[in-house]
Amino acid sequence: MAFLKFKHAPKNELEKGGRGEIAPAEINEQPSKTCPKCHKKITLSALWARHNVCTCGYHFRMNSRERIELICDKESFREMFTDIESQDPIEFPGYISKLEAIRAESNENEAVICGTAQIGRQECCVFVMESYFMMGSMGTAVGEKITRIFEYATENKLPVVGFTVSGGARMQEGILSLMQMAKTSGAVKRHSDAGLFYLTVLTNPTTGGVTASFAMEGDIIIAEPGATVGFAGKRVIEQTTGRSLPKGFQKSEFMRQHGFIDAIVDRSDLKAVITNVLKIHKAGS
Amino acid sequence: MDAYTKVKLARSSSRPTGADYIKNIFRNFMELHGDRRFADDAAIVGGIGFLHDMPVTVVAIEKGHSAKERMKRSFGAPNPEGYRKALRLMKQAEKFRRPVICFVDTSGAFCGVGAEERGQGQAIAENLMEMMTLDTPVISILIGEGGSGGALALSVADRVWMLENSVYSVISPEGCASILWKDAKRADEAAETLKLTAQDSLANGIIEDVIPEDDIGSKGYYRMIREKLYSEIKILKEEKDLTGKRYARFRAFGSSGEEAK
Ligand SMILES: [Zn+2]
Repeated sequence: MAFLKFKHAPKNELEKGGRGEIAPAEINEQPSKTCPKCHKKITLSALWARHNVCTCGYHFRMNSRERIELICDKESFREMFTDIESQDPIEFPGYISKLEAIRAESNENEAVICGTAQIGRQECCVFVMESYFMMGSMGTAVGEKITRIFEYATENKLPVVGFTVSGGARMQEGILSLMQMAKTSGAVKRHSDAGLFYLTVLTNPTTGGVTASFAMEGDIIIAEPGATVGFAGKRVIEQTTGRSLPKGFQKSEFMRQHGFIDAIVDRSDLKAVITNVLKIHKAGS
Repeated sequence: MDAYTKVKLARSSSRPTGADYIKNIFRNFMELHGDRRFADDAAIVGGIGFLHDMPVTVVAIEKGHSAKERMKRSFGAPNPEGYRKALRLMKQAEKFRRPVICFVDTSGAFCGVGAEERGQGQAIAENLMEMMTLDTPVISILIGEGGSGGALALSVADRVWMLENSVYSVISPEGCASILWKDAKRADEAAETLKLTAQDSLANGIIEDVIPEDDIGSKGYYRMIREKLYSEIKILKEEKDLTGKRYARFRAFGSSGEEAK
């Protein structure tokens, strides 16, 4: 049962401070969340039945395993590169112990899962970033896994469907994290030059070095409603410019208006839309 | 010298800027403006000229020296149109078989509402992708600050060199300190931790060479860089599968040791 994973999942930095937090368990009360948009309480089981979308339309985050379950055909996902884990290339203080704690808490060993799957019976490669693992930040392991899935897809002439969620490059791996932006972009370029199709689905939030690399490199870029998509952080921009930000700034609707997103798709329509897009590209090749 | 002293040196407004390198290294340089889509970004100077007898395309981030000049150049923080101008000139270089030389010096890509509206992330991403397969030799020299994605967007090259007192980092030491210790004043500690000096980058295998700064700004200094560029480009021009090797260069970062199974 996928929704049970919520027990231990949403405990990262963004989820703190009351936004979508799990309410403390009370007697005779089912575990629930409060919607940050309409402020209504909704039980986790009801939420999962609606793919983590509130009745008001607010899209809660979902973890990578739930995403796979929602999008991929039943039991079609074959995970790859599970042995790739981050090292500590610049011996950053506290990094190893932080990684260990997050691995234990999230049951994941890195901030992305990759593999092959079928979506609407269309064979493809899939990667899903994991917001509950250090805010989906990209270090060497994430960069390596993304690069490998594109290399595998190129070799096997498969399309790639990627779900992004990220706070950006992972500071704790220093300059090597930055290099992952170039490395993954190179792998995307080779896949693209081979005439193969890459679909990106931007989910909340997709920012920093991931926006400035493979998230923005899809042939088609779609986003979930209300997702934050941008390069620089909002607070940093406010501090730098001393101006308040326009309404809806860096939301997916804003990014579509400015020409950087092809379509905004509700989570309930996502699988059908992805299937259709994959079929169109298969028929054309 | 500790890392944060190097950071301050790298940021110093008395250092030669991109335009100084262009003026002193190349002959018959002509600046080419604009991205053909939106605007001309003064934070990036690009154009064509000769390196000895060799036609080349040059792209340089320019910070400026005087306060007025630095304002005009956005302190060397390029907007999306700057990166798009750079890419336009690099594609033109590929068409005419000209090598590309980039001088990189930025605290980071410009941070602002307009930059986001015009797709700062997308502009950088496109440069990373396109530079990887640009079918002509590319050399990037970090002459001051190599600030994150904004610097990388001009550094997907066959050779990356750093000046002795330049830095290359995923985040500014101040930014790192304020996230890590909620105290930007501990930037000196963060600078050590991030391993951002030219010497660290060389040790990490991120760059090919460190250029000494003993006589920085002198005639002999620029001559040394001119000769170094010229001889290296001659070697690169003879390389077979240049773009394959460029991919392999970046492919190796972070896939060593136990990970490479
Ligand atoms: Zn709601």
